[in-house]
Amino acid sequence: MIEASNLAAILGMALATLACRAGGYFLFRALRPTPFLRAMLGYVPGALFVGYVAPALAAGGIKEWVGAAATLITVRVSGNIAIGIAAGTASAWLVWLAR
Amino acid sequence: MSAPSFTAAGFLRGARRSLAVAAGLAPFGLVVGVLAAGKGLSLAETGLMSGLVFAGASQILALDLWTHPAPVLAASFAAFAVNLRMALMGPALAPWLERLAGWRLWGNLFLLVDHGFALAIAEGRRGERDGGFLFGAGFALWCAWLACSLAGHLLGTTLHPPRGHPLFFAALAAFVSLLVPLWRGRHDALPWLAAAAVALPVARLAPHGAWHVLAAALAGGLVGAGLETRRGR
Repeated sequence: MIEASNLAAILGMALATLACRAGGYFLFRALRPTPFLRAMLGYVPGALFVGYVAPALAAGGIKEWVGAAATLITVRVSGNIAIGIAAGTASAWLVWLAR
Repeated sequence: MSAPSFTAAGFLRGARRSLAVAAGLAPFGLVVGVLAAGKGLSLAETGLMSGLVFAGASQILALDLWTHPAPVLAASFAAFAVNLRMALMGPALAPWLERLAGWRLWGNLFLLVDHGFALAIAEGRRGERDGGFLFGAGFALWCAWLACSLAGHLLGTTLHPPRGHPLFFAALAAFVSLLVPLWRGRHDALPWLAAAAVALPVARLAPHGAWHVLAAALAGGLVGAGLETRRGR
């Protein structure tokens, strides 16, 4: 069952999100970016994920710090992201159980 | 470049690579489903939202303020504010997207999402330019996202892990793990520090939405490009 106002809100969210996804790219293509802007975009991906992680770790406690360290080390050593996520979550869980 | 721009083999490579990250998406998707059920959304509505919006943080934020009748403007604005960061991803993927058109381009734009984006950037540095890789990564994540949010809705309120349960750490672990392939070397250190230094106060001042992510991406980009320009002189 789909109710009308719920449908409208979902479609509104979908349009707003697609505008973000597509808008940046088409704007970039239309503007013919300068070398500075191109260089900037090379740094955006890493910085973006730092932006996710830093505040979460700052707001977190020992569980998050141990989990993040375990994730980083495991991914670095194994080269496998899935193993890193599993090891990090398991470590965070162990800290949580131990307290 | 003569490499093919969109192949089935690339699609499979991308799908396989991104399934590894889907583990980080699962708890997040379950939360969306549980929240949606709690707000009285039907299974079909939950699936429609996850399928069409396909952006976890914005869905959680919108569901948090969901009322009856649904807050159309507030939900749309929440989606825009949280997902504005994606406007920076498309340009960063320009070397891939520029070679595509029609449904291949629009499909990739529609499926653009943090995890797939990070994988594509990391693989792109090793020479991957197959638009099928990007599409496969996004499509596999989309399927996982839909499945997890529907599962969350079905579990409804029976499964309700408390806030701060270590299961939710998987979402953060996914982002932490993606930092490893994104790290290119010492020239990334200062831009990353700048990103963290900007993200922390912004997250404190504007805890709703994802302004801190947007601000961090811009700050890191500016510092990185600034340093590069100075080195080039």
